[in-house]
Amino acid sequence: MGKRLGMEVAVAVAEAVGLCNIDMAAVYPITPQSHIAEHLSDLVADGKIDAEFVTVESEHSAMSAVIGASGTGARSYTATSSQGLMLMHELLPIASAMRLPITMAIANRAVSGPLNILNDHSDIMPQRDAGWIAVFAENGQEAIDLSIQAFKIAEHKDVMLPVCVNIDGFQLTHMVEPLEMPTQEEVNQFLPPFVPHATLHPAKPVTMGAFAMSDYFTEIMKAKDEAVKNSKKVILDVWNEWGKLFGRSYKPVETYKADDADILMLTMGSMGETAQMAVDELRDRGVKAGLVKLRLWRPFPFPEIKAAVKNAKKLIVTDRAVSFGGPGGPVFSEIKSALFADTRRPAIYNYIIGLGGRDVAVNEFAGMFEKVLADTGNVAADTYEFWGVRE
Amino acid sequence: MTLKSWKELPIGCVVSEPGSASEYHTGSWRAQRPIWNNDKCIKCGICYVFCPEGCVQQSEDGFFKANMDYCKGCGICAHECWPRAITIVEEG
Repeated sequence: MGKRLGMEVAVAVAEAVGLCNIDMAAVYPITPQSHIAEHLSDLVADGKIDAEFVTVESEHSAMSAVIGASGTGARSYTATSSQGLMLMHELLPIASAMRLPITMAIANRAVSGPLNILNDHSDIMPQRDAGWIAVFAENGQEAIDLSIQAFKIAEHKDVMLPVCVNIDGFQLTHMVEPLEMPTQEEVNQFLPPFVPHATLHPAKPVTMGAFAMSDYFTEIMKAKDEAVKNSKKVILDVWNEWGKLFGRSYKPVETYKADDADILMLTMGSMGETAQMAVDELRDRGVKAGLVKLRLWRPFPFPEIKAAVKNAKKLIVTDRAVSFGGPGGPVFSEIKSALFADTRRPAIYNYIIGLGGRDVAVNEFAGMFEKVLADTGNVAADTYEFWGVRE
Repeated sequence: MTLKSWKELPIGCVVSEPGSASEYHTGSWRAQRPIWNNDKCIKCGICYVFCPEGCVQQSEDGFFKANMDYCKGCGICAHECWPRAITIVEEG
């Protein structure tokens, strides 16, 4: 049984990664991820973990370094945020195409401009199609659990894909939370050694990341798409195993009071816990409200989403990013697309909330429920609104 | 070369055989081809030196020719050939 402790979540994530027998990390510090970089660097410098910490001059270099290291068969880790993730963007599809099981924490933060260091999901959303497995943490405990699980998922022989763990910047990274940190023995038992599918080594030369023309590019993209889709089975197995070992279960879509709910709200990340309190308030007032939390963003959990919302009359999708001039927030458009063919789908509403760190309190989530309940003719369904914007 | 299906691709498209790029015949890209006039050729080898593909070879008689499996028909040999022994003609 792990030790219960109070710890800042970013530091705890670095501690958890330190338990995972990593061979190298290349992390360029950026707010609000910096404490992960700093603490991991401390663990290496203090000799607490036997790993190389490669100091790089940018996030582009950090991702390049972990790609190279992973290619040699090293268990490789990085972490970033916002502009850093945007700078890595060019390399993300390369890491997944080369099937390198890198893991990365993203301390989610708004993308410039204007410059803003606070939390939203505008950094991860542009990486949607990079071919990475993407999961979202709701609290500090989930952040450390998902960070450890990420290695096992990524390195599974049937997956071999990079994984990013999304951890809301400040709202999670800078919180001091009571956490249960697995012991070294528990992690050793859970996480097998990394067996790469190929390694860069002079004894057996290989080429990774070779050129491909139109005669092969389509087949390569198809193989990658199948790999990302097929990773779900392993993700479910790993979460199942984690539940048995640690008593904390993880699902692609998690629900709260959703079974008999007439109206549901969907969140991703840390705002789920606040929205949950609003659900309780509405339940106290006799409203059959419920919550759906999307943990697995890629591969997208189509059957689980359909099952979670099938009995609801109305569904409010919250988005923490904007698709400018598009069909609504990125989560909203995917949920709508997932439910399009279902004849009995709920009326779907979209609120874009919490941009650039703007707080969304319990009463505001309650307000969203009330506003949608009041729209008896579903007039505002299939549209999006910037919640709380000053007119 | 038989093209593989998506199911047959090695994971991450790792190329495990060194030198296998030679199996890819870039000559299929060619729209034009070089023709040597050995009456004008002085065997200086500048075509051999400048060929970016490395596909110009010297024959036993000292004259040069291109390996058409790899010649892309770029015309650099003809451009560099100062005795003007190489002309570029349309394929087909």
